[in-house]
Amino acid sequence: MRRLRVFASLVKDSLDTITHGSKKYHIWMAFLTFVMLVGMYCYSIQLDEGLSVTGMTDRVSWGLYISNFTFLVGVAAAAVMLVMPTYVLKDIDFKQAVLIGEGLAVAALIMCLAFVVADMGGPSVLWHMIPGIGVFNFPNSMLTWDVLVLNGYLFLNISIPFYILFRHYQGKESNPKVYIPGAILSVFWAVGIHLVTAFLYQGLQARPFWNNALLGPRFLASAFAAGPALIILVLAIIRTFTEFKIKDKTIKKIAMVVTVAAQINLIMLISELFKEFYAPTHHSESAYYLFFGLHGKTALLPWIWTAISLNVLATVILTFHKLRNNLKVLYFACFILFVAIWIEKGFGLIVPGFIPGPYGKIVEYTPTGIEIGVTLGIWALGALVFTILAKTAIKIETGKLRYKKK
Amino acid sequence: MSNNNKKWFSLNLNSRKKQTSSTCGCGKTSGGCNSHTVSTQMSDEEFLEAAVDASIGEERKKDGFDQVFEVKMDRRTAFKQLTASLLIGAGAVSTSCSVVSGEETKEKAQIDWEEQFKGNYKLMSDEEKKGTVDRLVRSYQLRTGKTISMSSKNAEEDVLFGYAFNISKCQGYMDCVSACVEENNQDRNSQMQYIRIHEMKDGKGFNFNEADDNYYHEVPAEGHFYMGTQCFHCDNPPCVDVCPVQATWREDDGLVVIDYDWCVGCRYCMAACPYDGRRFNWSKPEVPEAEMNHNQHYLGNRMRKKGVMEKCTFCVQRSRAGKNPACVEACPTGARVFGNLLDPNSTIRWVLENKKVFRLKEDLGTEPKFWYYMD
Repeated sequence: MRRLRVFASLVKDSLDTITHGSKKYHIWMAFLTFVMLVGMYCYSIQLDEGLSVTGMTDRVSWGLYISNFTFLVGVAAAAVMLVMPTYVLKDIDFKQAVLIGEGLAVAALIMCLAFVVADMGGPSVLWHMIPGIGVFNFPNSMLTWDVLVLNGYLFLNISIPFYILFRHYQGKESNPKVYIPGAILSVFWAVGIHLVTAFLYQGLQARPFWNNALLGPRFLASAFAAGPALIILVLAIIRTFTEFKIKDKTIKKIAMVVTVAAQINLIMLISELFKEFYAPTHHSESAYYLFFGLHGKTALLPWIWTAISLNVLATVILTFHKLRNNLKVLYFACFILFVAIWIEKGFGLIVPGFIPGPYGKIVEYTPTGIEIGVTLGIWALGALVFTILAKTAIKIETGKLRYKKK
Repeated sequence: MSNNNKKWFSLNLNSRKKQTSSTCGCGKTSGGCNSHTVSTQMSDEEFLEAAVDASIGEERKKDGFDQVFEVKMDRRTAFKQLTASLLIGAGAVSTSCSVVSGEETKEKAQIDWEEQFKGNYKLMSDEEKKGTVDRLVRSYQLRTGKTISMSSKNAEEDVLFGYAFNISKCQGYMDCVSACVEENNQDRNSQMQYIRIHEMKDGKGFNFNEADDNYYHEVPAEGHFYMGTQCFHCDNPPCVDVCPVQATWREDDGLVVIDYDWCVGCRYCMAACPYDGRRFNWSKPEVPEAEMNHNQHYLGNRMRKKGVMEKCTFCVQRSRAGKNPACVEACPTGARVFGNLLDPNSTIRWVLENKKVFRLKEDLGTEPKFWYYMD
């Protein structure tokens, strides 16, 4: 009973928190709301007309939505890189960053689910997938595994920070015996979500570009580079705009994680390129299309070469201690690394899987305006969710938001 | 060659008891056989036609998903239906209670409701299958005034359908493609086609990369040969495994089918198919009422909705009624052979036993039931 009262008060207080803020904050939220509304309008057109308003066809049947989904699963999984040192290895430095990381994971997962729903031809019959009411093709379909692990991870990432914040809100210390098992579980779970998402593609013998044992590990490496890179950028913004104190030491430690992951990712990229191009087979055609174009079709060339050069540049910058320890340079490197991996793990991965088609037909894919509108809308949704979560969390952590302290 | 010899393919065809009354026992080596009994399903069509025409003349042009959801109605009917649906939605009453006055409106709402929340066809009992088919037929009648016959016939015992394609005979006329589109009520706007005919250059072998599957010139073109592909109805279909809701499955007679009403439209099966056998309804499929094939099967050529998968079913509405698929019947050169693999006297078995047959991408382990051969 008392807990319910505290919870009601927390909800009220957080509503109060998120509706009040500086002018910049209001402009930011208004902007996100506007983009979301545009996205919803685009989605309403898609619902009405069907997926024919997107650039997808029978030849390239997954596009921007699934690309973003794949990438964001990686961002969500990366929260673990902060959880592990803090809760399991007891490295205090990360403690403040960890709540931000978990908030980011929640936002990324919500975006993932939104992208999947946006990609569905029949969102009105999605209840067919709910175990019990519908038919859940478990364990045969990797998509059902993905539904399970994503929702499980979402639950973990909501419940752990909620428990900690709920205790802090009442001015009590959180009990490690309660949250440490959850934190340890989420470490394994994060690896699981990304591996399962990779298996979704890796298990298709029909698509040689994906049917590749390195796909899963490379997903993990790139995720652990892009995710913490985003966290560094977010922490930098939070440091500037709020009174939440984040030490340089914390950011530098996360930068170390990004560096190692980016280096491993680059090694795997080289291994992949070697396999595809040293002794090219019929199965290397998708890679040829991606990197050099096939029969004059070169739509992805500018994208992938941008991604590769940004990737290499960022990794080189991060590798040198002097450059990495300069925060301005670090932020730049993190930004370009994030963009590079978004391209590479986004449509640099999904689209070439379909090109050339099963019988060698090359039909290119370009997203339409409506598709881009929906995509931006979902990103805005993610940013909005994250802003709300972060603002409340920061207020509690800095001790400004306390039960009965009004 | 002995009937028990299975070296030409690894499907375990002879495991079951053989049956003599088969789909195609004519024994001809090529072309569609004419020895089938055509089961006519004429009902009191004319009577209904007149009756329904009188009541809802205008709505007859609707088809597809529209049958169910885009009914033209005046504001009063709309409100009635809305009220009715809301009341059901709240769980307060069922539509059969006299909330609204019009019998037909009530019936439509009832059908829509039951159709929206029905289960997966694969798991339905025979009565439930019949129930949904009756509802769909009635719904079509109410909307368009036309009577369709829709079958829910299950796979027969000791039948396993197989298909063979004679590369030497095919001249690329594409009669099979048109027959398929007409038979299976495919969307005319997007020009969806299940069959692709690949035009290949002589002397280059089976080089799909350089083949053209979208040609518009006189055939047979000099120095070319032709090869058709469609759904191969694999015995180990990757598309079936990946479906998250079991909306697609392999029937006992080997047909790989889709429950269009259960499909959620994720297109995972499309990514998993190595043979380009699946098609997606990117927008609402439309077939002019005059061109509609009214002889339908639940798993076959009934109208699809927007946002669901569809594919070749070896014309389940024909093959389970003892006929050849439309493509086999339409082929002017006799390049296409269809029949029961479990019947030792069938044409398809003769082809498999006497010709040098091969299948595409056998290394993937999908075990297609679609063979190619040459004279």
